[in-house]
Amino acid sequence: MRWHLWFALGRGRNGSGNYYHCRAQHVAPTIKKMKNKIVIENLTLQYADGKEALTDINLDIPANATTVLFGPAGGGKSSLLRSLNRLNDLADVESITGKIFLDGENILDPKTDVIALRRKVGMVFARPVVLPFSIRGNLTYGLELAGEKRKSRLDEAVESSLKLAALWDEVHDRLDDPAIALSGGQQQRLCLARSIALEPEVLLLDEPTSGLDPISTAKVENALVELKKEYTVILVPHSVQQAARTSDYAAFFLQGKLIEYMPGTEIFTNPKRQRTEDYVTGRFG
Amino acid sequence: MNKFFVKNRDLTQKLGFSLLTLMTVMTIVPIIATVIYIFVMGLPAISWEFLTEFPSNGMRDGGILPAIVGTFYLTIGTAIFSVPLGIAAAIYLSEYASDNKATRLIRLAIINLAGIPSVVYGLFGLGLFVLFLNFGTSILAASLTLSIMTLPVIISTTEEALRAVPQSFRTVSISLGGTRWQTIRKTVLPQALPGITTGVILGLERAAGETAPILFTGAAFFLPRLPQSPFDATMALPYHLYVISTQVPEMPVEIQYGTALVLLVFVIGMNALASLVRSRARAKRQW
Repeated sequence: MRWHLWFALGRGRNGSGNYYHCRAQHVAPTIKKMKNKIVIENLTLQYADGKEALTDINLDIPANATTVLFGPAGGGKSSLLRSLNRLNDLADVESITGKIFLDGENILDPKTDVIALRRKVGMVFARPVVLPFSIRGNLTYGLELAGEKRKSRLDEAVESSLKLAALWDEVHDRLDDPAIALSGGQQQRLCLARSIALEPEVLLLDEPTSGLDPISTAKVENALVELKKEYTVILVPHSVQQAARTSDYAAFFLQGKLIEYMPGTEIFTNPKRQRTEDYVTGRFG
Repeated sequence: MNKFFVKNRDLTQKLGFSLLTLMTVMTIVPIIATVIYIFVMGLPAISWEFLTEFPSNGMRDGGILPAIVGTFYLTIGTAIFSVPLGIAAAIYLSEYASDNKATRLIRLAIINLAGIPSVVYGLFGLGLFVLFLNFGTSILAASLTLSIMTLPVIISTTEEALRAVPQSFRTVSISLGGTRWQTIRKTVLPQALPGITTGVILGLERAAGETAPILFTGAAFFLPRLPQSPFDATMALPYHLYVISTQVPEMPVEIQYGTALVLLVFVIGMNALASLVRSRARAKRQW
């Protein structure tokens, strides 16, 4: 069931926890004009420990833009992110229903080639996890798994991905050093570059700057601005401020439910739902 | 009484530490004493001839070459069977098997297997390999018996080494489009290799020093020549030591201690190798 925003407005502005899953009507035209890279329909996800992580999510994610999923911890943002590249397959998922279309293909279909999917939908985690190889080894890992052997092709991927992640200038003369020797901020950009090296179509970022200093954070955020020209970027920010800075579109999640979804400029200045406003203005969280 | 300890916390602490030190010393002293004693008693027997000649004069003279070679063969044979099987089983248990009744039963069996007395393995080997499969008293039968005894050690140490590799490496590898097997082969196994090597060496070391499992399955009292095929019986250091200590009258003591010394050096050498692998890997490890 989809509620129009004005309808939800009339009933939902009580903050009593009576939330509706809405696809905001007045936003729909702007979003629909864009090409929707990902369309999520009635997605409900439940973990084996009885915890419900997502309840009936409907969300259209446009291509070549940064879509931000934000809200307090435990809201289901990461679960949604991990569903988009089927990384949730590794977790104890009790049931997952609904559909996630990537370019019109339902990726929750059991027949989906998950390996190919994960090459198309890259992911960067909250804590930078560099693999115990050299910087170069980290960057070529995914391509080598995919069977790429040509050295020229690998070198090219190393250089272009490092440049996109704004790390090339810092490491180009020591690509064979162990990746663990890099600073935290550099490691996280390396992780970003590692995902880019596979030339994915969608980039999922789960609080990629949560452990970084402001300068490194700025570098990552600037890289994202470049990246969305070519990729569909979906970001779980580590703060409301970051959400406001980076988002083209923003979806507010609370306790597994999608509360509000609008262009970023609007949701942070003029939210329609009380709970969104309360969160954005820092009244809870 | 309680008040006394609270009031004299310093004294209590010193007492406690002294007690712990004493306990530690008590465990170490017998080991060091044994090693020193065997070195002192056995060293005079060690010579080039002792290591490279056959026993003569009813074992009372000559060397122990066939026993050294035999123990070497048995260790290699055990490694051939137990290493691939043990590592494969550990990979399955740690990386693939889900936690259900069947795998819990397997784990329980492995733990129990490690606790079975070695002479029972000997009898089992006699029944299965020597008699039923008709391998005869042979290197093959003895190696297989030792393999079964070694497997639990290799499986549990390998599993531990695999589990020590951070889970996040697996998640990242999978998220970069790796299959499960690619993830294991390219990331997990290389990182676990030093731990696995250590476990394998320790397992084989135990096999090399065992007497009971080879007693009925492959060890010979005396052979005039070295074994020519896996189906030949062989002499072996631990069994030879048992023989010359109990079965041969008027046996010169230094030959007994000399044999013990060779076996001890063999085992300590493997142990040192395992420590070396472990410490070198730890220095190079990137996580």
